[in-house]
Amino acid sequence: MSIVNEIERVLDNAERVNGELNSFLSIERSSSLKRAAELDASSSEMPLKGFAIGIKDNICVKGMQATCGSRILGNYKAHYDSTAVERLKAAGAVVVGKTNMDEFAMGSSNESSAFGTVRNPWDTERVPGGSSGGSAAAVASGVVRAALGSETGGSVRQPASFCGIAGLKPTYGRISRYGLVAFASSLDNIGIFGQNSRDIADVLGVIAGRDPMDATSANVEVPDYAAELTGYINGARIGIVRDLIGEGLDPDVKDSIEKAIDNLKKLGAVPVDITLPHAKYGIAVYYIIATAEASSNLARFDGVRYGFRAEEAGGLREMYMKTRDEGFGAEVKRRILLGTYVLSSGYYDAYYAKAQKVRALIKQDYVEAFKSCDAILTATSPTTAFKIGERLDDPLAMYLSDIFTVSANLAGVPAVSVPSGLSSDGLPIGLQLVGNFWGEAAILRIASAYETAFPLVGKPTVFAG
Amino acid sequence: MDVKHVANLAHIAITEEEAALYGPQLAGIVEYIEQLNTLDTTAVEPMLGGLTAEGESTRTIRPDEPHTSFTVEEAVGQAPDPVAEHFRVPKVL
Repeated sequence: MSIVNEIERVLDNAERVNGELNSFLSIERSSSLKRAAELDASSSEMPLKGFAIGIKDNICVKGMQATCGSRILGNYKAHYDSTAVERLKAAGAVVVGKTNMDEFAMGSSNESSAFGTVRNPWDTERVPGGSSGGSAAAVASGVVRAALGSETGGSVRQPASFCGIAGLKPTYGRISRYGLVAFASSLDNIGIFGQNSRDIADVLGVIAGRDPMDATSANVEVPDYAAELTGYINGARIGIVRDLIGEGLDPDVKDSIEKAIDNLKKLGAVPVDITLPHAKYGIAVYYIIATAEASSNLARFDGVRYGFRAEEAGGLREMYMKTRDEGFGAEVKRRILLGTYVLSSGYYDAYYAKAQKVRALIKQDYVEAFKSCDAILTATSPTTAFKIGERLDDPLAMYLSDIFTVSANLAGVPAVSVPSGLSSDGLPIGLQLVGNFWGEAAILRIASAYETAFPLVGKPTVFAG
Repeated sequence: MDVKHVANLAHIAITEEEAALYGPQLAGIVEYIEQLNTLDTTAVEPMLGGLTAEGESTRTIRPDEPHTSFTVEEAVGQAPDPVAEHFRVPKVL
């Protein structure tokens, strides 16, 4: 089959399921068919030739919209490619669309998008998770094999868990952030969704590595990730944090995680008890550091150089204030206010400086833990996908969805979520494997061995594959 | 927290209704984050930024060579009110 035919099939599927799921904010038919025809005509070998991919709408693709799910960028088009997208294109991948997301990646349910919530392909009454819910739903519904998302506190792993697919947050500095619209710069990462870990390894191998356009990208050798998925995990030491498998965990999730530990033993892995004494402070630290950085990063949206501007403002300052009130949604405003407060005169030491110290303790916990294990296993999220609307009035309850994921962002270590099973009501449950710094290959190897031996039995109700 | 004052610092003109909604929500979140005060961190060095040790040691200096940049059209073409290759804003005074 030609690449044009294959891309046409993907575009048709995207259009077919989008009415139900709202996973794509744009479906890029003309540019992707043009690119597909070029690839058909080219005789060069490329690692991802003709591979259809969805890109979260806060990652720049030249000539395509980059709304960040926000009214304030509703009419904005990117005029350059992010480094990750540039590398994907050079490897032969075809960007078929931009995916829906929580506004500025702030949310755990995709309900804060200015362009409507995304629905979970397993149960359209439920959220897909967030903030990269559109990318997760696009992969889970079988439209694309992989998609890029972004992670600040769990925004790839949690929706991967809710949608029954694999999702990776890399080590901080592994994938260039050039062209990713900044939310919280010390926590942000581009992440990858795949139907399985192999798809993730294929994409990671192409986009990982030092980029002069991002000073925080590190000069660390990029292994051949796909070759690392040997299926052999005999003797791998899996760190288990007993405190995190208990209270506050949905009973079905708890059962599934305990079963996953047994399953890994069957594959030859060895469970080792470890502790992460400061993990319980992760959410508190996260909501200080992430909001502080966001309040600064989002200061650029002021109605002057691009994006939305409020009409009928009397003067410059009033124009800024009205533009930001009308352009941002409730969750973004709440977080800018919180971030402004924790950085404001008289409060900085009590909140921001304190959080930076506890962040150091959280990172140190991981350094200690990895002296005795190769990966740490937890649930990805304490629950399965919740109902649309259920947590909208309680921001703190929404934030607690990320309790198991935020500390990897705070420490900078990589982590992957893979399906561990289904709940009694047929919803996917995710298993998280956290790796040591730069240890993506080790956790992908375990994840791949697990999903091959114990695949998810069941299929989403909305599925185009 | 004086929500109206903080909103003013953040350049967001929130309405009375918004202030009434966000006030208690933010107070609840602030109460939650104050649990950090139960930890003694006097001897702890703060973690500044997100870099790993390898990230810290990555050389980010490069030769200062000119490259092509965005065109004027790309740079100002999406402004809400562009005038003659400039950004126009409402009067300042």
